[in-house]
Amino acid sequence: MSTGTILIVAGSFLASAVEMVEALTIVLGVGVVRGWRSTLIGAGAAGLVLAVLVAALGPALGSIPISTLRLVVGALLLVFGLQWLRKAILRSSGYKALHDEDEAFRRERAEAEAAGSERRAGLDWYSFTVAFKGVLLEGLEVVFIVITFGSAQGHLTIAVVGAAVALVVVVVAGVLARGPLERVPENTIKFAVGLLLTSFGCFWGAEGAGATWPGDELSLLGLIAFLGGFSWLLVRALRRRRLALTPARASA
Amino acid sequence: MRYVKAFGRFWWDFIVGDDWTVAAGVAVALALVAILAHSGFNAWWLLPLAVVLLTGLSVWRQTRPG
Repeated sequence: MSTGTILIVAGSFLASAVEMVEALTIVLGVGVVRGWRSTLIGAGAAGLVLAVLVAALGPALGSIPISTLRLVVGALLLVFGLQWLRKAILRSSGYKALHDEDEAFRRERAEAEAAGSERRAGLDWYSFTVAFKGVLLEGLEVVFIVITFGSAQGHLTIAVVGAAVALVVVVVAGVLARGPLERVPENTIKFAVGLLLTSFGCFWGAEGAGATWPGDELSLLGLIAFLGGFSWLLVRALRRRRLALTPARASA
Repeated sequence: MRYVKAFGRFWWDFIVGDDWTVAAGVAVALALVAILAHSGFNAWWLLPLAVVLLTGLSVWRQTRPG
């Protein structure tokens, strides 16, 4: 198994796991308060839509010439990955609130309790739509990552397997915990995923534009180390800046 | 028309997010790599450098006091 393939499995698994944890919190928050039938049907319907998207888009992308595909996928991954990375840097330096699953679960429960009851097609419409939207929106990011990772490397099945394993792990953990998975180091995982997406974006984008990397796929490890080191330095600089500003603001 | 706009807005927010200058910078950097590659220069180092510059500038701007 090549370096690129191992990193694709790791990237798909981590990105999927972190998004599934967020989707699980929504499904649990609604299901616990309003019952499971409509909630699970909503979540299942969204899962079906996501599976159809992967099945339709994955093979379609396979027919595009690899250099064009890598240029487009690299550009998209780079822009998308930089969003994850910037947010992770802001969270780690204290400029953005850390994602708290326990708090999200409490909020979801409170909203589910306050919502009125409306039945459509024999379903509790609130439970169905909230679970459907939650799983669909969180899952779209997974689909985007799986399709781009898999198609640019020519290993869509491996990327899908990484995501599927994450789904099973998160659902089993959720059932065992009977609550939100607040102990998952979500913010650290998001940092790692941001780094992976940005590094793959750089790698494929440059290759698609006609450049060749020294050491071929091994340069991915160098890219991850370089961008990881830069992010660490940026987090340190931002923390220092924030701490230096805090007493000045307090005394103002 | 409203739905087309909403659909476009969703994908813009999904891919580009809150700082369009990063996306524009990535497009410029990729175009430069392609131009240099067609002129015989292997500019693989340009994208990581662009990432460092764009991320640094974007995050610094977002956390500027005041």
